[in-house]
Amino acid sequence: MQQKDVLPMKPEPTEKRAATTAPLNITGSEAVIRSLIAEGVETIFGYPGGAIMPIYDALYDFQDQVHHILVRHEQGATHAAQGYARTSGKTGVVFATSGPGATNLVTGLADAYMDSTPMVCITGQVAAALLGTDAFQETDVIGITMPITKWNIQVTRPEDIPGAIAKAFYIAGSGRPGPVLVDITKNAQAAKFDFKYEKCEYIRSYRPVPVMDKDAVAEAAELINSAKRPYILCGHGVLLAGAEKDLIALAEKASIPVASTLLGLSAVPVDHPLYVGYLGMHGNYAPNIKTNECDVLIAVGMRFDDRITGDVSAYAKQAKVVHIEIDAAEINKIIKADVAVHADAKTALQALLGLVKPAKHDEWIQGFREADKQEEEKVTKKELYPTEGGLKMAEVVRLISERTEGKAVLVTDVGQHQMIASRYYRFKDPNTNITSGGMGTMGFALPASMGAKVGTPEKEVVAVIGDGCFQMTLQELGTIYQSEIGVKIVILNNNFLGMVRQWQQLFFDKRYSSTEMVNPDFVQIAKGFFIPGRKVTDRADIAAAVDEMISHKGAYLLEVVVEKEDNVFPMVPAGAPIANIRLE
Amino acid sequence: MQKEYTVTVYTEDRIGITNRITVIFTRRGINITSLTTAETEIPGVYKFIITVLSEKAKLEKIVGQIERLIEIHRAFVHEEDEVVYQELALYKISTKALQNGNIEQLIRENNARILTLTDEYFVLEKTGHQQELIDLQAKLAPYGLIEYSKSGRVAIVKWSRRFHDHLKELSALRPDNLKEAKYGNAEVSAEEESI
Repeated sequence: MQQKDVLPMKPEPTEKRAATTAPLNITGSEAVIRSLIAEGVETIFGYPGGAIMPIYDALYDFQDQVHHILVRHEQGATHAAQGYARTSGKTGVVFATSGPGATNLVTGLADAYMDSTPMVCITGQVAAALLGTDAFQETDVIGITMPITKWNIQVTRPEDIPGAIAKAFYIAGSGRPGPVLVDITKNAQAAKFDFKYEKCEYIRSYRPVPVMDKDAVAEAAELINSAKRPYILCGHGVLLAGAEKDLIALAEKASIPVASTLLGLSAVPVDHPLYVGYLGMHGNYAPNIKTNECDVLIAVGMRFDDRITGDVSAYAKQAKVVHIEIDAAEINKIIKADVAVHADAKTALQALLGLVKPAKHDEWIQGFREADKQEEEKVTKKELYPTEGGLKMAEVVRLISERTEGKAVLVTDVGQHQMIASRYYRFKDPNTNITSGGMGTMGFALPASMGAKVGTPEKEVVAVIGDGCFQMTLQELGTIYQSEIGVKIVILNNNFLGMVRQWQQLFFDKRYSSTEMVNPDFVQIAKGFFIPGRKVTDRADIAAAVDEMISHKGAYLLEVVVEKEDNVFPMVPAGAPIANIRLE
Repeated sequence: MQKEYTVTVYTEDRIGITNRITVIFTRRGINITSLTTAETEIPGVYKFIITVLSEKAKLEKIVGQIERLIEIHRAFVHEEDEVVYQELALYKISTKALQNGNIEQLIRENNARILTLTDEYFVLEKTGHQQELIDLQAKLAPYGLIEYSKSGRVAIVKWSRRFHDHLKELSALRPDNLKEAKYGNAEVSAEEESI
C-alpha cells in the first residue's frame, strides 16, 4: 500500500502532475477512489453491497481523504448528493451496489435530471461474464437510467475506469448540469492495470458552452431598451451560472422588476426593491398576473414549466419574449422566443448589461405593489397574523425566517408546506433554497438537508417537511445521528397529504380519498435516533420552540401541529390561464 | 398536420445510442416507421436515417432533445423535397413463375433484377420509393410470392455540404477518451495517444 503516496492525491491535484507521474499498477477499485480524489471529491454518499464491495474495500485506505456518509437507503444518498451539490456548487457523488441498490437511485436521478443537478453515481455491477444471464442482483441499470441521466456508461475493464470517471465529471458539471451514472462490473473493480488519470476537457460531440450570437444579444437589448413594461423571470439557470449579481445589475440599470421561479428562489434577495415575488401555481399574485401585462418578458435560465405558464395559449401573448437559456432544447419548446439568446446566463447578462440603457419604470413597478395589496388583504394577512384557530404553516415559516435572518439554507419537501415555505421565507443569500421542483419528489427534504449541511457546514440548514413526506425517508434520521449532521428538522403536521386534500376539496367535491394520515409520535421517533425534539400545538409556544431549535447545537426535530384543513392560496388551477388565479 | 418526414441524426459510435434516440420518439408516442443506420464517409461518425409520420413543430422539438444527448453531433428534420432517397426491397418468388412469360416483362418494366436463382425460388431486387416497392409486391403476388423484405430509407440531404465539411473538420479531432477502449485495440489507442 506504499504506492498510495506516489501520486499527489490531495483534493486539488493538477492533472499535469497526475499525467506525468509514472503509472501505478493498481486495481480498478483503487482507481475509482483515486480518480474521484483527482476530481476533488471529498464526500461520498453511499451504501455498500455485494457488487461494489471491492470499491468499498479500496475506500477503506483513503478514509483520511474521502469522507463516506453511510445513508439508510440509496434514494437518500441521491437526494443528499443533490443537496450537497446545490449548496457547495460541487458535483455530488453516490455509491450504490447492483440490482436493488441501483434501482433505488432511480428517483433521485430523475429528480436531479429535471432540476439540473450535477451528480455522479457509481454503481457496482455483476462480473462482465455474467452480464445478461440474470445473475444475482443483476439489473440493466444502464437501460433503466438512460432517459433520466445526462449520460451513463458501463465499464467492464479496469483500464476504462479513469476515462469513464473523467467524462462523467466533465459531463455532470458542464453546460446544463445533470446526473451521470457509471456502472462498473465486479471484474473491472478487481483486476489490476496501469493507472493514469487525465481530466476530461472536451468531447467532440458535446458543446457545453454555446457560442453566443452577438446579434441576438443586440436584438434583446434593443427590445429591452424600447420596453415600457419590461419584466425579468429569474430561473435556476441564474444560480447555476453564478449570475445573481449580473441579473441584479441589469435589473437595477434599467429598473426592471424581477420575479423568481421555484428553483430560482434565493438568487435575488426577497427584500430587494425590484424583487416582486415568486411565480407559479401557488406563487404570488402580482408576478403571475403581470406576466400578462408586460411588453417585454426576459426569461433567464428557466424553462417555462407548466406550473408557471398554466394554459400556454393564454400566457404572455401580448409580450415580446427574450429567452436566455443554455440548453438549446428548451428554446421554443413551450413558449416561442422572439429573441433567443443561447448562452449561459452569466455570459448573456454581462453582454446585455453593456447594451441596455438606464431607464425608469416607476409606474409599472408600482402596479406590482398595488396588486400585492390585494394578496396581502385576501391571503397574506390571514396566513401570517391569524388571531384564532390552529397554527398556520405560514406563521411558522415566517418565524423561522426571522430567527435565521433569512440566511439559513431552507430545504423543503413537496406539497403545501413547500409552497408556503417558498412564499414566506425571506431569502437573503444565493443557493439557500433547496427543493424538488420539476419532479416534486416527496421524501426529498430530509436526505437533501443532510447533503446541504455537509456542503455548507457553516450555515444553518432548516428542513421544512410535511408529515407525509417525512415518512417517506425518515430512516435517514439514522444517518443524521451516525454522521452527526446538525440539521434542523421542522415537521409541519396537518395529518393530511395536504396538497392532494386541497385538490380533492376544490376539484373532487371534498371526497378525501386516502389522504388522511394517522401519524406516529414524531418526537418519539427522533428520540429513538437520539435526536432531541419538541412538539408544539399552541401558538403561544411556537416562538420559544423555534428559538430552542435554532440555539441547539446539532440535529433537532420540531413537530408543529398546524391547521388540519388549510389551503394554499393564491392558486392557478392546473391547465388554466394564469389570469384565472384565485385568491380565495 | 401529419406528414412523412425524414430525420437524420449524426452520432458517435457508441453502444446504446439507438436506444437513446428512439426513446425520445417513444416518450411522445411517435412511431418510427423505418430506421437505417451506418457509418458515414467520416470514420467513427454514424448516420441514423429515421422516417416518421408526425408534425414538423413536434419533430423540431424532438430533434432539439436528440441533439442534447452527449454523443450526438447534430440532428435534422427534412421535408420530402429536401432529400434524395431510396429504399430497397427483395422478393422471393417460386421459380415456376418464370415459365410464365409475363413475369420477365414485369421485371424489366420495373427496373428490378434477379439476384439469385435456384430450382425452387429466385430473388428479385428493386430500389425505389416505398410505394413503387409495394406496388411491385402486389404485381408479383399472383406469380407465387414467397417472401418480401424491404429496407428502411437511405437518404442524402440536398443541402448537406456545409454540415459535412464541418464533420470532416471534426474527424480531425481526437474522438473522446473512451473510443479506443471500446475496441480493445492497443494499436488504435497508441495511435490516438500520439495525435
